[in-house]
Amino acid sequence: MSTETIPTPRSSYAPPRTRGVNWEKWGWMYMRISGLFLVILIFGHLFVNLVAGDGVRAIDFAFVAGKYSTPFWKVWDFAMLWLALIHGANGMRTLVNDYARKPLLRRVFLVAILVSTILLILLGSLVITTFDPCPAGMAASALPSFCPAP
Amino acid sequence: MPENSAGTLATPPSATPRIKPPRRLAGTVYRGREGMWSWVLHRITGTAIYFFLLVHILDTSLVRLNPGAYNGVIDTYKTPIMGLGELGLVIAIVYHALNGLRIIAIDFFAWGPKRQRALFIGVIVLWVILIAGFAPRQIANIILEATGHPSA
Repeated sequence: MSTETIPTPRSSYAPPRTRGVNWEKWGWMYMRISGLFLVILIFGHLFVNLVAGDGVRAIDFAFVAGKYSTPFWKVWDFAMLWLALIHGANGMRTLVNDYARKPLLRRVFLVAILVSTILLILLGSLVITTFDPCPAGMAASALPSFCPAP
Repeated sequence: MPENSAGTLATPPSATPRIKPPRRLAGTVYRGREGMWSWVLHRITGTAIYFFLLVHILDTSLVRLNPGAYNGVIDTYKTPIMGLGELGLVIAIVYHALNGLRIIAIDFFAWGPKRQRALFIGVIVLWVILIAGFAPRQIANIILEATGHPSA
């Protein structure tokens, strides 16, 4: 008994890349891993800011200062900022790759996504890490109750 | 070489048979049915959430600049139009989150692709339940804010 071997009908134009880091694979992986964390982070964020207490009515500077008086929400928001913005930017990159046909337009969009992502991540990280709940020269009514009287 | 011999054996293109396209886009996971519509909704909601995220990082950054400026911008988030916008945002986020979990199930588990249709129905049902829980809460807050009811 001999088994008949059938040759591969077609061979691909370029052999699959086997050297170096497979960035597309890790991008794909990132979407799923970050997505899992973002479900928890964003649902928690939405519950605390929009559902609990007075919801959106309660949000003001003092509300944020109260949340940022302990590291818990700073770490939460920091993780959310990085995971969500990179997740969103990579998603937009996918859309540009799918729909922007002209090479120049495609490049412009991809560079715009990259630049805006870097700038906003730096801005957001700076805001969270250097936040001051009691800035000098502000009216006491706008500040949280734990600030010392000016 | 098999490629060369196959090339010389190819029949001329005039013999191409005519195949009618199916009347309905159906029959595969990704054409016309749950697979396609879940994918379309995932892209639309994702894009909407992304552009809100860009604005949201900028407005929240005002807490570092000036409490008054931050309060001024956040007060616009409490108006009825923006309140409904937040409801729309939450609707988009909840769909994107639940369908994202469905995608993870499809990609990483053997039961995912087999149950993708049931998972999609589960996404829709859970989506409706969660929004039914959130919407009354948000609408009540919008009305209380608009009628000048003081927050507790």
